[in-house]
Parts: sequence; structure tokens; C-alpha cells
Amino acid sequence: MSDSTSTTSSVDAIAGSIATEARSRMLEVSGLSAWYGEARVLDDVSIDVAPGEVVTLVGRNGAGKTTLLRSVMGLHRQTEGTITLDGADLAKRSPDARARAGVGWVPDDRGIYSSLTVAENLLLPPVVHADAWPLEKVYEFFPVLHERREFPGTKLSGGEQQMLAMARVLRMGSRLLLLDEPSEGLAPVIVQRIGEIIREIKSHGVAVLLVEQNVKFASTVADRHYLLAQGKVVEHLGNDDFRAREGELLTYLGM
Amino acid sequence: MSEFIQYTLQGLAAGGFYALSALGLAVIFGVLGVVNFSHGACYMLGAVISAVLLGELHVGFWVALVVVPILMFAFGVLMERLLVRWLLALDPLYNFLLTFGLTLVLVEAVKQRYGVSGLPYEVPAGLGGQVTVGSVNLSTYAIFACLFSVVVCVAVGLLLTKTRIGMIVRASTEAPERTRALGINVGRWVTPVFGFGIALAGLAGVLAAPTRAITAEMGSNFIIILFAVVVIGGLGSILGAVVAGFLVGLVEAYGIAYAPTYAQIVIFVLMALVVLVRPSGLFGREEVA
Repeated sequence: MSDSTSTTSSVDAIAGSIATEARSRMLEVSGLSAWYGEARVLDDVSIDVAPGEVVTLVGRNGAGKTTLLRSVMGLHRQTEGTITLDGADLAKRSPDARARAGVGWVPDDRGIYSSLTVAENLLLPPVVHADAWPLEKVYEFFPVLHERREFPGTKLSGGEQQMLAMARVLRMGSRLLLLDEPSEGLAPVIVQRIGEIIREIKSHGVAVLLVEQNVKFASTVADRHYLLAQGKVVEHLGNDDFRAREGELLTYLGM
Repeated sequence: MSEFIQYTLQGLAAGGFYALSALGLAVIFGVLGVVNFSHGACYMLGAVISAVLLGELHVGFWVALVVVPILMFAFGVLMERLLVRWLLALDPLYNFLLTFGLTLVLVEAVKQRYGVSGLPYEVPAGLGGQVTVGSVNLSTYAIFACLFSVVVCVAVGLLLTKTRIGMIVRASTEAPERTRALGINVGRWVTPVFGFGIALAGLAGVLAAPTRAITAEMGSNFIIILFAVVVIGGLGSILGAVVAGFLVGLVEAYGIAYAPTYAQIVIFVLMALVVLVRPSGLFGREEVA
């Protein structure tokens, strides 16, 4: 991975082989750079996610994974490059306009409101797409949210809050989910459940862009993986390659 | 004992003025992140406009109770559109300074126009006398002011907890950036919320008019106590603003009655104690790092 020439060729090779499948693209990020003041934190990043596809961003802390998600959401504004969703240009739009265009935000702190009940947390965002899950379906799929619907959102356990954060954007009808470390700090059995939910989401044709440090978990849900280092995409791997190189990746990530 | 009950009522009536104003301050801070220093001046304007309506146009208290908040809402909308809005992107200190400057302008303008001696106002017909409960004589107007404040606070509470607008305001107050990322155009609510907060200060001014000396300076001390209310209740907490408003009104009334020399200090001692025990205020959320 430290050898940059082999890295570039492997990226090209995989990009080429995958491109021949002529995937339709839900999210397409092209030539994206981002700064914090003078510091460049993303450098000419190009990634894409197709409908019904789960794609992860893997990398060490500070590699730019969360900044990439925030840039797609429009929360990080110091950027250059193009971001399109289903062909529509997002780059100039405000975060709320992007959300209404179909981008679903599931932040790493889950983003549950303590001053809103569980039901209100679900009902806050506007419904933006015809495929949005009706509230009954959300409750059927997440019975615990129905049981606790009158509780303040933050009275839920960490795992339940994660489910609420994901349920919230499904109720909204988002076409692309931005999931920032959904498995972080959760018990293995809950992580497994989160995995099931992601597969369910995928089966509905929703695109998922997932930031994940947990390589094992990532390999159970994702189709493709982008490895980020110092703000650049250094590897682009199909899931089989990713699994084959799991040990190497774990070492690289320092885990 | 009867005196104690009278002081309590006076305290609750004054507390109502604080609670209404602090509620306005809290929703403005919540949604805009602006600490509105001119809130005291807006309270003063509410009282002055009531006095002018009565003195120059012979428009009485009951009409003022409706008209003045509407005028102050419009004033708030203009203030947000013309001034506050342009500084929102900068450090919050800029809007604090802006509203401080605006306070000076408003106070001096009222002084220029209406002098410093104070404007006359009467207790509205029907609320002038006293009500005797058992052996205690209570001011009818104080009872009215107190009940009216409670009703408005409850109504605002219901608006915030039971309506979609209220839900959006609560969400924006708690996490404005995240609320935008969930598809809510937070900016659309900024102007009406600001106007609403200013209208509440104006309403407190109308209610205070019959019981206070109406001068350009009446808001100056008021805003200082209002900040104590907000600190005690917890910055950004709606419930805290209301509870602390009534609490401070009571403490101030007892202070004036039983320890006149220390009346002003008592409130700030209370504030210091609350901050010592609960730095984020009685109902403030604990800061999560």
C-alpha cells in the first residue's frame, strides 16, 4: 500500500472492471477537494455509489472519511469538485435542500434529539420520496421504537439510538444513506442487527455510503470499499479482494 | 401571614413579566444563537407604546394587550431582517454588541421624545380594586397579571410541545446543523421566531405598564435581572426560563419586603448558588464535550 505506483494501477484496474458493468450511479463524487482553512483534508477524491449498493470508506483516523460524508451532506462547505445525486448537481445546494433531494444523514453520534420523543425524532424530517417507509412499517421493522415511542429520544440505549437514526432517514425516504460508523461502541449482537438492517435497506434499492473502522463488519455488508489515506483514495477494492486482504488492512489500520 | 401572601402575589406578578420575557429570550437564543441584549428595551417599548396609545390615542389596556405584541412582532421582524441577520454568520459577540447598541439608541430616542419623568398609566377599569380572600386583601391587577402570564406561558409551552412548528423550533434549538441535514429549512423559521420572542418582551411591557413607572430606563435594570433568570433556568431551556422567571420574581419580592437593603443582591446570590451546584442552570442540559 505504501508503493504508490502499484496502488494507482490497482485502482485503475478495479475501476475499469467495475465500470464495464455500466452501473447507474446514485451518488457520484468527482474531483472533490476539501479544506479546513489552509489545510487540505480531501485531495481530488472521486467515488460513486449505485442504487442498492453498499460502499464503505475505510481509513485511519484523520484520513478524511467523515469530512467526505459532511461534504456530500453540505455541512462542510470549503470544497471544490462535483457531487451529483441521481444526476442532479448538489454542490451548490444547502444541506436541507440536499436532504430533500434524497441524502439521508446518520451521524456518528447518532444525532438523536433529547428534547424530542422517539416518535417526534422519526416524524421531524419531511417525507422526500414516494418510497419512504410509512410509520407503521418503521414500527413493524423496529418494534422497540414503537414500544418506546413516547420516550425522550436519548433515553434509548446506544443500539436503539442507532436504529432510530437509521429508521428516521428511511421514514424520510432518503435514496442515499450516509452512515458514519454505525457499529461504533455497540455490542456484537447489536452490530449484527445493524448489519441485517443495512442489508434490508440495500434490498430496497437505497444506496449506502458507510464510514467504518470495523473491517470485519464492513466486509459482511459492503459490495465495494474505498481506502482513504491523507485525503486521497489510495485503494478501490471489491469485497472479495477486501476479504482476502483483511489481515493486511487490519494491520494498516492499526487494529 | 397576610403580608406574606401579598408579597408572594406581588412576586408572582413580577415573576410573570420575567417569565414571559425570558421565554422570548430563550426561543431567540435557541434558534438564532443570539443573546438579545435589547430585550429589556423591547419590554420598555411595550410599556411606552401602551402609555402612548392611552395618552395620545385613548386606546385602552385591553386593546394594547393585543395590538402592542403585534407591533413588537413587526418590530422584531424588521430588526432581524435589517440588522441581526447580517451578523448571524459571525461570532455571536457581534450580535450581542449590535443589540447593546440598539438598546442605547432606543432608550435615548424614547428619552428625546417623552422625557425622563415617566409616562402616566392607569390600572384598567375592573381590575383596579382589591379582592379579599379570607382576611387577606389582594390586588386584583396583580392576580390578573399573574394568571395571564401563566396562561400565556402554558399556551407557548403547548405550541412548542404539541405542534409541528414547536417540534422544529425544539430541534433547531438543540442542534441547528443536524436539523438542516434532516431536510428542515431552519432559516425560514429564524425571522418569525425572532419576532415572536420580541413580541413576548413587548407583552410583558404591556402587563407591567399599570404597575411600574414607565420610563426610558425601565428596561435597563430589567435586562440585568433577566440574564440572571436565564442563567438560573439554564440557557436555552424553555421550561427553565419560565420557572426561573417566577422564582426570581418571588425572591425579589421577599427581598424587598424583608431585607430591603439586600433586595438586589439576593437574586445574584441565588444565581451564584445555582451556578455552583448546577453550572448549566436548573433545567439546562449538561454540556457534553
